[in-house]
Amino acid sequence: MSSTAAVGAIDHHHDPTTSTGIPNKKLVMWAFLASDCMFFGCLISTHLIYRLHPPASAPQARQVFSIELTSFSTFILLMSSLMMALAVNAIQKGNLKSLRASLLTTIFFGCIFLGCQVYEFNNFVFEHHMTITNSILGTTFFTLTGTHGTHVAIGVFWLLLMYVRSFQPKDPETRPAWFLGNVAHIAVFIGAILLSGYVLIELAWAMQAGGASPGTLLTFAKAQALAIVGAVACLAGLVRLAKTRGPYDFGEANAIDVEMMGLYWHFVDIVWIVIFTAVYLLEYL
Amino acid sequence: MDALAKSEFLPKEHVSQKPLVLWRPTAKTGLMSWLTTVDHKRIGFLYGFFALIFFLVGGIEALLIRLQLAVPNNHVLTSHQYNEMFTMHATTMIFLAVMPLSAAFFNFIMPLQIGARDVAFPRLNAFSLWTFVAGAIILNIGWFRMDGAPAGGWFGYTPLTTHQFSPHHDIDMWVMGLQLLGVASVAASLNFVVTIINLRAPGMTMMRMPVFTWMTLVTAFLIVLAFPAITIALVELMMDRLFGTNFFEVSNGGMPILWTHLFWVFGHPEVYILILPAMGIISEILPTFSRKPLFGYPIVVFSGASIGFLGFGVWSHHMFTTGMGAMATAAFSLTTMCIAVPTGVKIFNWIGTLWGGHLKMRTPMMFALGFIWLFMIGGFSGVMHAAAPADAQQHNSYFVVAHFHYVLIGGSLFGLLAGIHYWFPLMFGRKISEFWGKVSFWVIFVGFNVTFFPMHFLGLNGMPRRTYTYDADMGWAQGNLIATIGAFILAIGVGIYFVTMIYTFFRGEVTTRDPWDARTLEWSLPNPPPEYNYRFTPHVHARDDWWHFKQHPDEAAAAKAEHEKEDAGHGGIHMPFQSIYPFTAGIGLLIGGIGVSVVDPGSGRKLAIAIIGGVILVVSIYLWSLEGNEGYHLHPEDEEPHS
Repeated sequence: MSSTAAVGAIDHHHDPTTSTGIPNKKLVMWAFLASDCMFFGCLISTHLIYRLHPPASAPQARQVFSIELTSFSTFILLMSSLMMALAVNAIQKGNLKSLRASLLTTIFFGCIFLGCQVYEFNNFVFEHHMTITNSILGTTFFTLTGTHGTHVAIGVFWLLLMYVRSFQPKDPETRPAWFLGNVAHIAVFIGAILLSGYVLIELAWAMQAGGASPGTLLTFAKAQALAIVGAVACLAGLVRLAKTRGPYDFGEANAIDVEMMGLYWHFVDIVWIVIFTAVYLLEYL
Repeated sequence: MDALAKSEFLPKEHVSQKPLVLWRPTAKTGLMSWLTTVDHKRIGFLYGFFALIFFLVGGIEALLIRLQLAVPNNHVLTSHQYNEMFTMHATTMIFLAVMPLSAAFFNFIMPLQIGARDVAFPRLNAFSLWTFVAGAIILNIGWFRMDGAPAGGWFGYTPLTTHQFSPHHDIDMWVMGLQLLGVASVAASLNFVVTIINLRAPGMTMMRMPVFTWMTLVTAFLIVLAFPAITIALVELMMDRLFGTNFFEVSNGGMPILWTHLFWVFGHPEVYILILPAMGIISEILPTFSRKPLFGYPIVVFSGASIGFLGFGVWSHHMFTTGMGAMATAAFSLTTMCIAVPTGVKIFNWIGTLWGGHLKMRTPMMFALGFIWLFMIGGFSGVMHAAAPADAQQHNSYFVVAHFHYVLIGGSLFGLLAGIHYWFPLMFGRKISEFWGKVSFWVIFVGFNVTFFPMHFLGLNGMPRRTYTYDADMGWAQGNLIATIGAFILAIGVGIYFVTMIYTFFRGEVTTRDPWDARTLEWSLPNPPPEYNYRFTPHVHARDDWWHFKQHPDEAAAAKAEHEKEDAGHGGIHMPFQSIYPFTAGIGLLIGGIGVSVVDPGSGRKLAIAIIGGVILVVSIYLWSLEGNEGYHLHPEDEEPHS
């Protein structure tokens, strides 16, 4: 719809069709984020209140947490916000190529954060024997960080859909075919994330158990052959699907959609900064 | 700039040519048109329809409660059935009757009052409606199952509602049902916030908006900010019940008082969510039938907003007897008393509106005056609770029951009943009979007071809330019998009201445009309003713009003609396409909710059904976003018929 409009023809900060000039989508996202503030506020309060009244048998948070890993994943999540900002900037200038690259990087960083969380949860449950049921710390920690992780996962899914959406062809005659291709594109993308994530986490476990020797790697490759092949195939499919040619029905006029998603993504990152401070750093005071 | 403004609207012919995989429903009549509607007026009607059905259900539950308490040592109900009744009576009346009835007015009236084509996100609006229906179904499934209906009280205090003391699925259904109702309310409110802030007609500044629209805005903010607290409380309870976490498990360090706090952080703003829309309706009706502008409009608006603001700082007055400590108790006592100030200001402004007016005693006016009177009585007993030492005596007694029924029935419900009478001619083009309207008013008014006034005395004589039965020598027999008789008088009054309403819907007297000689913009429309609302974008020149228009016919007509000429060049009225996906998303939520709450764990069925529901939801939302918010152009043939 918009690629016909000259680049820079749209004022991204003023929508003449609304009373205030703020685009509706931006306003609804701000209102939703206000709601989400209260949502996380209640969960974080729950954690902080229970933190003050630990039962005698409770595990010590400092002995369970791995501040190095969490600091790393926090850093990655902050960098994903940078990439998200670049993506918004790219689409406001109508630059599809740059938009896609920035979206992919944002997704990649989001996945690293989620992978770290999966690793961390595994580690806490199996190494430190802190589960969601056996202590109040486990209950509040897993519920709070798990809820945040769900927000990140929804954000990644949204980014992924936006990425795929940016390939919608302009010609309405090809839309039915594109619709099926679109579903395949999403399936391949999700497959690539899940399978490569699985392979990498399994690889980490294998190397932790057996060291980085070629023998370990070979045994690992044999044991996980199917997953590895699947991951590679999905990644290859993703590269192939990215090589379609325009014109695309996605451009400057969609900047508001990307910006709205960006607001959500930045908000989820800000919540994580609060959680990182209130849940992790507080224990090291 | 133009690309952004207009790109989403395609000419109709263009759409029919395009071979879409995505199905566009186009039915304008029949069941399909209702399931796929995105028209705020139809959605408002459906909200009202479901609300009135559940109002009937909640009323029957109330009558059964009153029957059980009519005489000492009565056994009409078993004790468990009694628990189900008071739990579901409160839950139904609050979440399934009063809130959706308010939502019906928000949907139907608010966009008309600000001169908008529709709400900002029409499909999201439909999604809110169907999610509300899904939540209502899940709340009530228990009646038809072995588990029984929820029986943990409407505030579901832990540890009573934890797995240990409520092992059946009834509480799961309650949790899941409320969770869905929360989703529906928040989604609808986000929509209203954006609509009111962004879709006002030219000239409709914030301080020219009708007070009902203002109260819609305040209520929407309250819902957006208060519901997350109960969402988290319900999530924590659900985690405890389904996954064995320890949020409220005392033996592992959990604290049930946390639930109480989280619940009332939501619960107190909730009572303003219930009353503010009614206050808005009253502020429309009193000026119309006093033939005067609302006295002190800015003060009324500001009072409403400050009630909403203060409403977040008083929740612990529900917990004076939990031993919070003197400082907290004093602080919450003080903030609670503060809330009486803006409320009193409103009452005085309404009286100021009536003062010196040419009062026209029509049925909406009767209900509005009844509102002021009864709400004041409820307000006085509310100030009594605000004093913590007095509250310690009244806590959990029938005095509290009397108080909140005076503000909920005498307040919210009288306001809503007044609103139905007031806007019925606009909604359906027919007017409810004055005679039967007044009969129903008086029977309701008398029945209500006979039911609830004796409860003040019962409460002060020590009768506790939610008591299943009582001995004859407690001295409560007389008051309870009077209350039960009153309840049946009230039921007869409500019966007359609704029979008259239904009769009018089909057979009532057909009215002309603006039958009350009213003041606000929505009355400039023909009744019932056409699908597209305003044929030409209205331009607002004053507060009470329609009144202004009628007072200055010449200059107003000249300005109107000019705007119409301007509008005519824009190529028709933008209409959004209908969509089935909000409905299917609601179905997905219903199936998923049933999977989580009703199905027994084990055997994998629970997970499977929950996942099926989730998949339907995600696919629906995906198709919904793919179909896009396109629309078509409508060219109304001629000017709407003038009255």
